[in-house]
Amino acid sequence: MFYTEAGQFSSHYRADRRLFRLRQDRYALYALLLFAFAVVPFIGSDYWLNAILIPFLVLSLAGLGLNLLTGYAGQLSLGSAAFMAVGAFATYNLELRVPELPLLASIALGGVFAAAASVLFGLPSLRIKGFYLLVSTLAAQFFVQWLFTKVSWFSNDNASGVITAPPLQIAGHDLSSPAGRYLLTLGFVVALTLLARNVVKSELGRNWMAVRDMDTAAAVIGIPLARTKLLAFALSGFILGVAGALWAFTYLGTVEPHGFDLSRSFQVLFIIIIGGLGSIAGNFLGAAFIVLLPIALSLLSGLLPPGVIDAGQLENLQKIVFGLLIIGFLIKEPEGLARLWQQLRERARVWPLRY
Amino acid sequence: MKHATFRRLAALLAAGLLATSAHAANEQYFPLQSYRVGPYAAGGTGFFGGFIDYLQYVNAKGGVNGVKLTWSECETEYVVEKGVECYERLKKGLNGAPAAATNPLSVGIAYATLDRSTADKLPLITINHGRTDSTDGSVFPYVFPLQLNPYSEVSAIVNYIGQKSGGLDKLKGKKIVTLFHGSPYGKETNPILELLAKKYGFELTLLEVPHPGNEQQSQWLNIRRIKPDWVILRGWGVMNPVALKTAKKTGFPVDHIIGNIWSNSEDDAAPAGDAAKGYISITTHPSGTQFPVLQDIKKTVIDAGKGNLADPKRFGNVYYNLGVVNGILNVEAVRLAQAKFGKKPLTGEQVRWGFEHLNLDDKRLKELGAYGLVQPLKLSCADHEGGGAVRFQQWDGAKWNVISDWVQADRKLLRPIIEESSKKYAKEKGITPRDCSKES
Repeated sequence: MFYTEAGQFSSHYRADRRLFRLRQDRYALYALLLFAFAVVPFIGSDYWLNAILIPFLVLSLAGLGLNLLTGYAGQLSLGSAAFMAVGAFATYNLELRVPELPLLASIALGGVFAAAASVLFGLPSLRIKGFYLLVSTLAAQFFVQWLFTKVSWFSNDNASGVITAPPLQIAGHDLSSPAGRYLLTLGFVVALTLLARNVVKSELGRNWMAVRDMDTAAAVIGIPLARTKLLAFALSGFILGVAGALWAFTYLGTVEPHGFDLSRSFQVLFIIIIGGLGSIAGNFLGAAFIVLLPIALSLLSGLLPPGVIDAGQLENLQKIVFGLLIIGFLIKEPEGLARLWQQLRERARVWPLRY
Repeated sequence: MKHATFRRLAALLAAGLLATSAHAANEQYFPLQSYRVGPYAAGGTGFFGGFIDYLQYVNAKGGVNGVKLTWSECETEYVVEKGVECYERLKKGLNGAPAAATNPLSVGIAYATLDRSTADKLPLITINHGRTDSTDGSVFPYVFPLQLNPYSEVSAIVNYIGQKSGGLDKLKGKKIVTLFHGSPYGKETNPILELLAKKYGFELTLLEVPHPGNEQQSQWLNIRRIKPDWVILRGWGVMNPVALKTAKKTGFPVDHIIGNIWSNSEDDAAPAGDAAKGYISITTHPSGTQFPVLQDIKKTVIDAGKGNLADPKRFGNVYYNLGVVNGILNVEAVRLAQAKFGKKPLTGEQVRWGFEHLNLDDKRLKELGAYGLVQPLKLSCADHEGGGAVRFQQWDGAKWNVISDWVQADRKLLRPIIEESSKKYAKEKGITPRDCSKES
């Protein structure tokens, strides 16, 4: 009833092409953004901001980066964590060695370095596809980790190869409080999400999808394959690099190369599979699932009277529950949470009628 | 049917909530970022088992000046992000009982919560591990690498080799190989070893073993070619038994291998079987159950069926005893701070004062029943490590036997290096160091 499209006509192409065509979608988005920017920093406790919202946002962003490459352009990758590492280490070194550079510029430039690395490792995609490409991006994963461990210059010769966050200051404002770090993260996430959404709706995005669905056909109708694929790697690498910098500096405050290992790449991959390939909102839903559910399970199990189950077994039990939920859920809806969300909106559109 | 199950679950949850909120507030809380599953579960269960058993033992004796100790666990699996989540979840205390200090027993988690614990004014205890330069308390006011930092560790080993050779001047021309784990932890001490090699004139070869350490054949063939006088094993987990077995296979005498602080447990030597017989390692705390404090724990906690170890045979092993030592140091810090701030639950800031004024001499250690288990330790604003001494132990095929007295690290030599590193950190982070001469 309240969720209806009736009466919402577009009379200009401009209106038809806006990011959210439906009025209620737009208002919901504005309300959400207002809530996230203006309310959450004040009501969120340290625990919520530091341990839940910041990692959720950063992983959503990482999911977005991979989703552009895999979900939209159809290029499989297992190197996400490597590009995150490049972003983090580049930002750290820029802050350290070019102190006059403001923080925002360092993070953005960190993303540029990650984009360059991503394009470099994306070059094989011009010749190979699918699982073979997956293996070549795996090389990026191992190489980058090895490089940062081996060459101590990258970690400012810290004996154990660990880098720590620079002072988080923007134009004299100190953002090192939990709320400040949250706002910094949120700002980047919102800006890059808007960018991604626009790119996906543009000609480039349509080219990506054409390449994903059938690259021979795409080549036949005149889409430049090499350029399209490499641009996907570049943008994906950029977003992943920024996500890596945020992970290191606004979330953990420190990172060692080992923090961006293969399991992080898998985590990002699971986010987009569970959230929904080829969907922007899916990244946020997937990240929420991956970040929040284990914590919820662990909090729930903490409510059990002590002594009922051994602590070690309880942890394994949680893993089993989490695994079962993923399996059950993917059988029920292989296209991910984003698809469920879409169905929900379609139902809402005809509510209260059955069809 | 469905509703009945749900109602039962709800009732169970409610009961759990009531059970946890029924405590009184006169308690001091220890947030435990423990790990009982995952690749390092052997270390986690032993360490946290010993720590919890000691806290139970103190409670059985009436607590610290009447203040009972309480704790809750959060499983980290040794994963940094989980450790951070646990830290944030537990740092505020439990039911009004304020948190005293965090003890993650993980280099990664310690690094990630270092800035946070400073901001939250909660001491971060990294016993026998952690950031070496956090020894300098003027830059790291809330971080305490108690007893032994990584630099002291290798320095003490070199001093021991010197003793064995008949004086440090005899080290000249000796050959020492260090076999290290290919990770930040493994690499941390390499610059110091190089420095010591230059100072004493021994020939040092650094050999890296890639993570996790199952493949060492080529390194040991190399060692056979070099024919070193000593091999220092800086291993971790599975790497240690493999090293011992491979050493035997290539014919290197196992009693000339010296294991570092994370290569020194029963779990490192026993799996190598016969190959480990004669293996030497360092320890800050001998294993064994003969110490009075352990006997008391056995009487009041273990025999009462309240022990935290799933396998009672591990009582008194290296990891368990490290947990007890950690418990003693934490509780002593609380006790000291209570003498200054009053006999009540204290804030993290007050407990930090207690840590900074820890002074365990032989007399106090005898009172605690921990003489010989804990080394004499004196901390200050400038020195958050305190001890810097290790003992050496040898594996006889079934258990460890202590074979040396306390061997000190060359702390005079290390101090300037530590300060240089901490100053670099302070500059990177924009920290103004405290003036330790003005601290009381």
